[in-house]
Amino acid sequence: MKRNIRAALLWGAILCAGLWLLNALFMPKYMSDIPEGALIAEYYREETSHDVIFIGDCEVYENFSPDLLWREYGVTSYIRGSAQQLIWQSYYLMEETLKYETPKVMVFNVLSMKYGEPQSEAYNRLNLDGMRLSPQKLAAVRASMTEEESFLSYLFPLLRYHARWDELTGEDVKYLTRRDIVSDSGYLMNVEVRPAENVPAGRPLGDYSFAPACWDYLDKMADLCEKHGVRLVLIKAPSLYPYWYDQWEEQIEDYAARRGLAYINFLELTGEIGVDFSADTYDSGLHLNLYGAEKLSRWFGAWLMENCPVEDRRSQENYARVWNEKSAAYAARKERLEAEWSGKNPA
Amino acid sequence: MSFASTQFLAFLAALFLVYYAIPQRHQWKLLLAGSLFFYWFAGWWCLIYIGVTAVTTYFAARKIDALARGQEAWLREHKAGLSKEERKAWKARGKAVRFRWLLGCLLVNFGVLAVVKYTNFVIGNANAALSLLGGGQLPSLPMVLPMGISFYTFQAMGYLIDVYWGKCPAERSLGRFALFVTFFPQLIQGPISRFGDLSRTLYAGHSWDSRQIAMGAERALWGLAKKLIVADRLAIPLRTLVADPERYGGVYVLAVIFLYAVQLYADFTGGIDITIGVARMLGVQVTENFQRPFFSKNAAEYWRRWHITMGTWFRDYLFYPMSVSKPILKLHQRCRNRFGRFGKRISVHTCSLILWFVTGLWHGASWNFIVWGLLNGIVIIISQELEPLYDKFHARFPRLKGSRGWDLVQVLRTFWLMGTIRVLDVYRDVPLTFRQLGTVLTGCRPGTLWDGSFLELGIGGGDWLVAAAGAGAMLACSLLGRREPVRERLARHSPHLAWGGCVALIWLILIFGVYGIGFDASQFIYNQF
Repeated sequence: MKRNIRAALLWGAILCAGLWLLNALFMPKYMSDIPEGALIAEYYREETSHDVIFIGDCEVYENFSPDLLWREYGVTSYIRGSAQQLIWQSYYLMEETLKYETPKVMVFNVLSMKYGEPQSEAYNRLNLDGMRLSPQKLAAVRASMTEEESFLSYLFPLLRYHARWDELTGEDVKYLTRRDIVSDSGYLMNVEVRPAENVPAGRPLGDYSFAPACWDYLDKMADLCEKHGVRLVLIKAPSLYPYWYDQWEEQIEDYAARRGLAYINFLELTGEIGVDFSADTYDSGLHLNLYGAEKLSRWFGAWLMENCPVEDRRSQENYARVWNEKSAAYAARKERLEAEWSGKNPA
Repeated sequence: MSFASTQFLAFLAALFLVYYAIPQRHQWKLLLAGSLFFYWFAGWWCLIYIGVTAVTTYFAARKIDALARGQEAWLREHKAGLSKEERKAWKARGKAVRFRWLLGCLLVNFGVLAVVKYTNFVIGNANAALSLLGGGQLPSLPMVLPMGISFYTFQAMGYLIDVYWGKCPAERSLGRFALFVTFFPQLIQGPISRFGDLSRTLYAGHSWDSRQIAMGAERALWGLAKKLIVADRLAIPLRTLVADPERYGGVYVLAVIFLYAVQLYADFTGGIDITIGVARMLGVQVTENFQRPFFSKNAAEYWRRWHITMGTWFRDYLFYPMSVSKPILKLHQRCRNRFGRFGKRISVHTCSLILWFVTGLWHGASWNFIVWGLLNGIVIIISQELEPLYDKFHARFPRLKGSRGWDLVQVLRTFWLMGTIRVLDVYRDVPLTFRQLGTVLTGCRPGTLWDGSFLELGIGGGDWLVAAAGAGAMLACSLLGRREPVRERLARHSPHLAWGGCVALIWLILIFGVYGIGFDASQFIYNQF
């Protein structure tokens, strides 16, 4: 009997070790391709806490530069953004973030209010795979799954990614147990320039009201921040597309006023900020490039210093050490990307 | 709840743990509860159908058994006072009463099967006839086939006939009999077990036996690997090939014949491996349903080795009784008088054709299956009639018989012949099937095999390699397991090999199985029958 138990334990251990290894091998690494997939997990490698946390979709991780906020204002910040992050994913990320730290300000980009239902498995994966296993992750998965998805595959990603067996590359082995840093405190840098031309006007919608589920999650966010003494700031990033309707704007303004929240629509402030869509966007107005993001961050840093309880931490040794390293990496990345971009556009 | 689903895995794990934790005398009750839950999962209404079969068969069998015992006892008591003729008449009267009970129960159960399975087929044919005559159309009825009805009905009716023939006693407990009918591993695609075989281990208490459990798990995983790695992978190009027959004729039809043979084998034997493996993990021995069928040298042998329990069911409960029935005996007499030696065989061939007609009909309510069944019967009859010619041929070339080369020729001939008939399963209708088979002769372009066209059928080169490796592994196991299954042989060397086999199979299934987003784990093909 003892021998049987020993054999079962031995083979059980071999099975589990093999499954762990296979999971690690088959998970997409997002190192050289679709770096957006690596953003969520990078947060867990942060060494210090932050005063400002940005939460939202590409309109935050492409448009704000935490490094500039540090360099010019001494504000420590991090972007917990990911591609097409839906509002319930933002909520659970917020809840999870509050397990690790209590920032002074949470900044939430409201574009995701337009999505009242789960959208796409691919984006769900980019948003959720990187989260550590926690009640928040499980709740986010449950809220996000499309009909074709299985809950189990979020616990054992091999069930989802096993079909990659004929796509595995050296990168999958190289990054089996580690990852490079692809962002700068959650900011995904892009230095290319593609001016915004012929931005399409929004086509009329049958119904401009946001889905009840979105309002519920926005309420939960406001309640959560209130409970933790965190100031919630709602923003609409200055992206020209997807189109932001006046009717949507009114609803958010009313909501912010009702809940006593700050709301900034950067689309209305582009002149004041100095964003020039002929030079400050890398994809014709959908997202800002590095130069646009720095302009926006400069304006927002000033606003934060004036309106929120954030402080200049540049003189604090523990923060300065970490952030100076981050700044050096930021500068190196900027230099490298600019050289690559000039190589593509010698003129 | 498909065998290839996470729900089934969760259900099995829970049942398995409780099964070995409770007192052994209650294990069969747990199996019954689990089986009913498994069946309920397919739709609560399915329980009504299987309930009717279980209850009517149980009471009919009990009645027949009681009548037989009562009649025997009465006869023993009054034997001295009765003449031989009176005893004979008494026996005949008793048999007639028992036969009426048998017939009633058969009519109810086969009637239910016929109504749910064939009503719309009959309506479809009636409509075709009416449209020829310029008449109106009958509406088809919203019939849903209860899961496994063809299998459990045949299993229950086999038991009833055995009781009627006095081959086995009627089961006294309704619960135990219900378990025989509903036992979940074999409920959806067989095998069609005999009461005498299954009951030996079904109701007994089973203590934990690591070796049996490991061997059972390994067999179930092997079955799952066949299903998910080979069958479901080949299903993708097959769907493409069959969906557009205009485009995929000629050499593609040969590919359909070959690929469907491998897919069906992997799918059906995979399902049966899961059935037998799961039952073995629970200590229950289920009858084998396959015996390396693709190594058969002729059609009759093939059918003795493929879906064995169905073949023996039809043989024992249809062919034999039909062969000795009055109308067939009369036919036999008449033909013998009229055609001499050949005439003697007409009645046997007639029974054969009826048997194969019913076998085809059992597989599905469509002309494809009926023609498929009849073609199988015709091939077997022709090969029986040609036997004297074969004998002459072998007398001329005596070294050929028994040689490996000739065996291989026979095996390949049987494989392709059976495969060619089997494509009736896959094409839309009978004329299309024959048209497609015709294109093999008229439009075969062998270059298609190596010009990369097969990489555009829904799976890439890597998938073809995996499918080929899987099929190769199945072939190797068949070749090496002629006397004893490979897994049994390996486990005898070291019990660690059984556990190691399980672990390796789990890894392989998880990596190379066709499941998840973008793939629908296909239903087992035989579930639909």
